[in-house]
Amino acid sequence: MTPRPNPEKSPGLSGVRVWLAGVGPLLLVGAMTWWFLSSGVAWLRLGGVPIEKLAIERVVFRPQEVVLKVRNEGPGPLSVGQLLVNDAIWDFSITPGREIGRMKGATLSIPYDWLPGEPYVFTIVSGTGIRHTRRVELATMTPSASPRSFLIFGVLGAYVGVIPVFLGLLWLPFLRAMPRTWMDFWLSLTIGLLLFLGVDTLKESIEVLGRVAAYWNGVMLVALGVVGAFFALNGVGSVLAGSARSGSGAPARPSGMALATLIAIGIGLHNLGEGLAIGAAYTLGEVALGSFLIVGFTLHNTTEGLAILSPLVGGKASVRDLGILGLLGGGPTILGAWVGAFTYSDPLSLLFLGIGAGAIFQVVRVLARGRAEGGESVIESLSRPQNAAGLLVGFLVMYATSLLVAG
Amino acid sequence: MPSRRLLGAGLLAAAALAALLVGPARIVAQRPPGGPPAPEISPLARAARDHAVRTLTEFDYGKATPLRDGTSLREYWIEAKNVEVEVAPGVRFPAWTFNGAVPGPTIRCTEGDSIRIHFTNNGTMPHSMHFHGIHRAGMDGVFEQVVPGQTFIYEFRAEPFGLHLYHCHTMPVKMHISRGLFGVFLVDPKQPRPKAREMVMVMNGFDTDLNGEDNEFYTVNGYANVFFRDYPIPVKAGELQRIYLVNMTELDLVNSMHTHATFFHVYPTGTSLTPTLYTDTITMGQGERAILEFRYPYPGRYLFHAHQNEFAELGWLGQFDVKP
Repeated sequence: MTPRPNPEKSPGLSGVRVWLAGVGPLLLVGAMTWWFLSSGVAWLRLGGVPIEKLAIERVVFRPQEVVLKVRNEGPGPLSVGQLLVNDAIWDFSITPGREIGRMKGATLSIPYDWLPGEPYVFTIVSGTGIRHTRRVELATMTPSASPRSFLIFGVLGAYVGVIPVFLGLLWLPFLRAMPRTWMDFWLSLTIGLLLFLGVDTLKESIEVLGRVAAYWNGVMLVALGVVGAFFALNGVGSVLAGSARSGSGAPARPSGMALATLIAIGIGLHNLGEGLAIGAAYTLGEVALGSFLIVGFTLHNTTEGLAILSPLVGGKASVRDLGILGLLGGGPTILGAWVGAFTYSDPLSLLFLGIGAGAIFQVVRVLARGRAEGGESVIESLSRPQNAAGLLVGFLVMYATSLLVAG
Repeated sequence: MPSRRLLGAGLLAAAALAALLVGPARIVAQRPPGGPPAPEISPLARAARDHAVRTLTEFDYGKATPLRDGTSLREYWIEAKNVEVEVAPGVRFPAWTFNGAVPGPTIRCTEGDSIRIHFTNNGTMPHSMHFHGIHRAGMDGVFEQVVPGQTFIYEFRAEPFGLHLYHCHTMPVKMHISRGLFGVFLVDPKQPRPKAREMVMVMNGFDTDLNGEDNEFYTVNGYANVFFRDYPIPVKAGELQRIYLVNMTELDLVNSMHTHATFFHVYPTGTSLTPTLYTDTITMGQGERAILEFRYPYPGRYLFHAHQNEFAELGWLGQFDVKP
C-alpha cells in the first residue's frame, strides 16, 4: 500500500500530502458514519422496528431428528421465539442460543418422527411475531460424511461426469476418419455445445437464487464468478498460447492441445457446479435421483467429451493427454457431488455456478475467434453455412439430451 | 438393597414418567412444546403467565355503592393503552389493551346494578367500549369514538343476566379486537348460581405478523399453552367446576373447547339457569360464549383444548390437575 512515486504526479504534492489526499476522504466518510449512527438517526427521526429476516439455510434430516441451520439476515439482532412444524408448535433446542446477532447463524435441533418422502414446512416465529418459513418438498435422510457415502457420491459423480466425458473422447478416431473439410463443422458444433452449457449453468444459478438468503446478494456472487473466471481463464489461455506467440506481438491461434485444455477446464468448472447441484438436490430433498435422471446426465455429458476433442482432430494427442483432458473435464463432478452432498451452501454454490458459466463463455470466445479468418468478425465467421450448421446442431443435441434430465 | 433415597428417586422418576404419559402426542410428550425454557423467566413472560392465571379467577366488582332499591352502583376505571405483551414464549406482540393486558379485566356485577365505566383512551388511535347488553343508543360505544387523551363515561343498567363481553368497536373492528381490546362482562342473576369453583377462560388468536389474514397463535387468557406448560389448573375431585367460556377469536370463524374424561352442562350465553346440552365438546362462533358446569370424579391429569386440533397445536392447550 506504499504510494509509489508517480512520474506524472502534479508538482508540489509532497509525500505527506499524497497520503492525506488518499486517507482524507476515508476519514470524512468515517466521521459522517459516526455522526449518523450516534445522533443522526435520532435527529432525522429514522426509527421504528426493523423487519426481522431469518433464513433457514439448510434442513438436515437425521433419524427421528430434524436440524435447521438458520442465519439472521435482517438489519439487527433477533430472537427465535417459537418453532412450528407443519403449523404446529414443536419442541426444539437451539445452539448457541435464542438470540442471534446480525449475520450470525444458529442451529435448531428438533425431535421429530419424520417420514421419508413426505413434504414438511418449517416455520420459525421470531421475537416480533414474524414468520420465517422453509418448505421441503420431499424429506430424505441427509447423507452423513461416512466412507460409504463418500464412495456412493464419488461413484455417482464418476457415473454422471467422468465416465461420459471419457466415452465422448473415444470419438477421436471417428472424427479423424472424417474428411478434413468437416473440421469447421466439429469446432462450431463444440461452440454450440458450450453455449448451451453456459446458459444452462446460469439457469441453475437462477434456481438457487430463488432460495438463497437475500443477505448474500446472490446475483452479484454469480456475476463475480462469471467475471473472475472469464478473465482468469483468459490469462491461462494466454500462457498456454504463449509458446505460439509470434514475434510481432499479435495473438496467435492457440495450438490444438492448448485449446482442448482450455475447453476441458471450462467444462470441468461447469461440471463442478453440476456436481454441486446433484449432491445438493439429493441433500435438499428436492429431487429423487431416479435412474432416469442419472442416465440422462450420462448421455448429456457424453457430448462434453466430443467438445474437448474437436481441436485435436488435426493434431497429435497421446492417450495420456486424453486421460488428463478427461479428468480435467469430468473429475470436478465428483468433487462437486461431495461438496454438494455434505457441506452444501447456497452462496458457495452460486459462486461456483458463476465460475462455471464464466469459464465456458471464455472458451466459447476463444473458439469463436479461432474460427474467424482474415478480416472477418466473429459473427460473420459463425454465419458461414458450415459453422452455423455446426453451432445449431451442437445446441440442439444438448437440448435434446437435456430433456432427459428435466424435472 | 436400594437405600431409601434411591427408592425416593425411583418414585420421582416414575412420577415423571407418568407425567410424560399425559402429553398430547408421543413426541410432544417428552417436554411441553415451545422450545427450551429460558434460563430465567423474562419479565414479559412472567407478566403474561401471571395475567393469564389471574384472569382465570379474578373478578372486578368495581367500586360499589349500595343503592336504595337493594342494587349497587358499580364504578370502573378502564384505560386503553398500547403495551407490548408476550403471547407465546419468546414471541412478543404490540397489543392494544384495556388496563395493560389481554384480555381486559373481568367486569362482574349483579343483574339490575347501575354500571358506570370511566373510560380513558391513552392509546394512539380512537377507541371505544362496546358492551354486549341491553342499553340506550348513546351508551353503545359505536358512534361515540373516544380520541386519544379523552375520557368517556358509559352508564347503563346491567341486564340481562348472563355471560357477556365488551370490546372496542372502532373500525376496522376485527383489527381492534385482534390487537387485544376485549374482556368479559359477567352479570350474575339476582338469585346466585350454585356454589362452585369458578374460572374465566377467554379464547382468542394472535396475528403476530399482523398480516390480517390468519392467527399465528391461539391462547386462553392471552398466553399460549399457559395452562398446559406453566400452570396446570388444580381442581378438587368431585367439586362443581364452572367455566365462563368466551370466544373472542378474530380471523377464524369458530373456536371450541373439549374436556377430557368428563362431560359438562352448557348454559348458552348464561342467560338461563337450565342447561341445554350435556356434552364434552362445544364449538362457538365469534363473540359467542357459554357457561360450562362439570365435575371430575377421578383424580389425575386431564387435558382440555380446542377440538380444532390445529388451534390446540398452536397454543390452545391446557390441563386440569385433579387432586383427590
